Amino acid sequence: MSDSKVMTDTENEYLLEVNNLVKWFPIKSSFFKQTIGNVKAVDGVSFKIRRGETMGLVGESGCGKSTCGRTILRLQEKTSGEVLLGGQDIFALSKEELRKMRPKMQIVFQDPYSSLSPRLPVGEIIGEAVREHNIVSPDKFDDYITRVMEVCGLPEYYKDRYPHEFSGGQRQRICIARALALSPDFIVCDEPVSALDVSIQAQIINLLKQLQKDFGLTYLFISHDLSVVEHISDTVGVMYLGSMVEYAETEKIFSNPLNPYTKALFSAIPIPDPDAKINRIILKGSIPSPANPPKGCKFHTRCESCMEVCRYAPPEWLEVENGHFCACHLYNDEAAQKRAEDITQLEKSKSPYTAAEQKEV
Amino acid sequence: MAKNETNKSSYISASESRRITRFNRRVTRKLEQERANANKDPVLYTTKMANPGNVVEFDNVCTYFFTDVGTVKAVDGVSFEVPIGKTVGVVGESGCGKSVTSLSLMQLLQRPSGQTVGGEIRFNLGDGTAYNIVNTPNTIMETIRGNKISMIFQEPMTALNPVFRIGEQVDEVTLLHNPEMSKDDAKARTLEMLELVGIANREGVYNMYPHELSGGMRQRICIAIALACSPTLIIADEPTTALDVTIQAQILDLLQNLKNKLNSSIMLITHDLGVVAGMADYVVVMYAGRVVEKGTAEDIFHHPAHPYTIGLMRSKPVVGKKVEALYNIPGSVPNPVEMPNYCYFRDRCEMQCGHCAGQYPPEIRISDTHIVSCYRFLEEGSVLGYPKSVNVEEL
Repeated sequence: MSDSKVMTDTENEYLLEVNNLVKWFPIKSSFFKQTIGNVKAVDGVSFKIRRGETMGLVGESGCGKSTCGRTILRLQEKTSGEVLLGGQDIFALSKEELRKMRPKMQIVFQDPYSSLSPRLPVGEIIGEAVREHNIVSPDKFDDYITRVMEVCGLPEYYKDRYPHEFSGGQRQRICIARALALSPDFIVCDEPVSALDVSIQAQIINLLKQLQKDFGLTYLFISHDLSVVEHISDTVGVMYLGSMVEYAETEKIFSNPLNPYTKALFSAIPIPDPDAKINRIILKGSIPSPANPPKGCKFHTRCESCMEVCRYAPPEWLEVENGHFCACHLYNDEAAQKRAEDITQLEKSKSPYTAAEQKEV
Repeated sequence: MAKNETNKSSYISASESRRITRFNRRVTRKLEQERANANKDPVLYTTKMANPGNVVEFDNVCTYFFTDVGTVKAVDGVSFEVPIGKTVGVVGESGCGKSVTSLSLMQLLQRPSGQTVGGEIRFNLGDGTAYNIVNTPNTIMETIRGNKISMIFQEPMTALNPVFRIGEQVDEVTLLHNPEMSKDDAKARTLEMLELVGIANREGVYNMYPHELSGGMRQRICIAIALACSPTLIIADEPTTALDVTIQAQILDLLQNLKNKLNSSIMLITHDLGVVAGMADYVVVMYAGRVVEKGTAEDIFHHPAHPYTIGLMRSKPVVGKKVEALYNIPGSVPNPVEMPNYCYFRDRCEMQCGHCAGQYPPEIRISDTHIVSCYRFLEEGSVLGYPKSVNVEEL
């Protein structure tokens, strides 16, 4: 999936465009601080999100979904690639320009217990950035904060309270209010409900959906809870070990998952019905280390339908059906199959794939 | 939300705080003394099972925490039983007392502030007698814990000791409960257990440290430790919450297979309804320290009766079922220090009836297996009895 031919039409309907984003974290040797390797947290991810829609990003822990979300907001510098928010390249901006851009893109973190400053009252937590960015004039400031809090289901008298006085669900509302106060276009929701109880989860999900409807927000919804993602997203991307393996509309991907990894992932969802007979695909082993990902298709070590080409040639990012993208040799067209076989021959002649190597990964 | 929070402040005065501390000290000292006396006579803690087909019976168990802000009735009159060879799922939100129930059974409560002040927990010894765990002295408990009842904890990352090799940690359990066993036998047993839980490279893993393993592997080790003595009851306290979906499927599959192989019972504590549906034969739903509904998995999932259970089911998005907005249960859980004297769920309930203003609802049997604590079924079922609470002032 090296080339970014994900979507060909570049119209204004897409708010966010991520082209071949790469983020590697260098591993330093202990003494000379030389780079001895890279953790390939995000390794060539491309997608687009339409204005006012939600994209769900799912995958196991360690597959790079959070890193992806944070790099898109330039909370970390990229290694390579391109992120366009409303046509503007985020990584081309100077410090001052980026600061002006910040209100347009916000993030809601996973853990509402550690993402709120314990020393600030709620009104200040929500209002700090509003004042900083001059979103409203000082005389309207108080009313504005009250209104934002009201929208998020927080009564006005919470303003002078401190975060420790609130439960997890209320704190997450505060986090959402803080993001919303800057009237952003785009919010990255990094596992916003996974630290919450089921009934509180429902409240927060409903709130997020309501806000999207009212303010036309665009979300990148990162989660490992597939049922939540299915509920909230319009499109879903599945990540495995730093790469996107499948991308499609929610209904399409859930009714007809193509990639073997997606199939296994979806079959593992527990269904709250004792009579439901699910044909579970139980994956063997665990996710390989992103510092030393397997050659070829990264999933081949755990894949049920692993072929010879999978071991040598990385699969290409192809549009299998209309709007349904998948990176898997099972769905190669003829040209791609040819290329994959060529790579296989080449790699084979260079270094024979030994049994030991396979064991290691 | 939280309308009643406006006027009620959570602060307590200094004199009130002193009074609570004095009271706590008096009560906990007395309870600890009673416990020390009870250690002497086996008659005091030997009893009989109400139904010999059960491995554990909880009978009106009350576990209270004497904290600085008041007495928290974490578990208040909980009754249910775990039949031999079956899986019982205990479901509820955090803070509803499901973990405290299991800790009471293991006597692993944070004493002296946490105390089981009332009720009986009968543990079947298999020979017609039973121990009442509530009064069982620590010396006897040591032979039960890890041997007859064992526990799998939520966090595999913290449940293992980082400075000992995996092998040593599994050996320890075997050797502790079988002192006559030689070290080689223990090692053989450990390797057997590691194979049982599906670890391919068992000799290698035997000599590894916990940090060298992934979360799923560590949870397998925890399961191996729990199963090392072939316990009659396994308590799995959120065994898969810290794991990914694919690993969760592996671990649940493993637990189910091992349960059948060893003919043990499992008490599965979780907040994930999906996990319970896949695993459990019986389900117990807890809310604010009390059991609100219990029955077979079919009863609970196909005919949920208590408004809380119904709300819980509707608030969870289900793959393949498209809904516009999720249902959310209004309000929040009442303050655990000052529980109301009416139904705990009344303030959040949308199905109230005339009786709800009265005292806490009794347990009502609506079918052979299905029991619910809700006044809506007063006419339809037979009243079994009220959960018994302990008046702390009388202790």
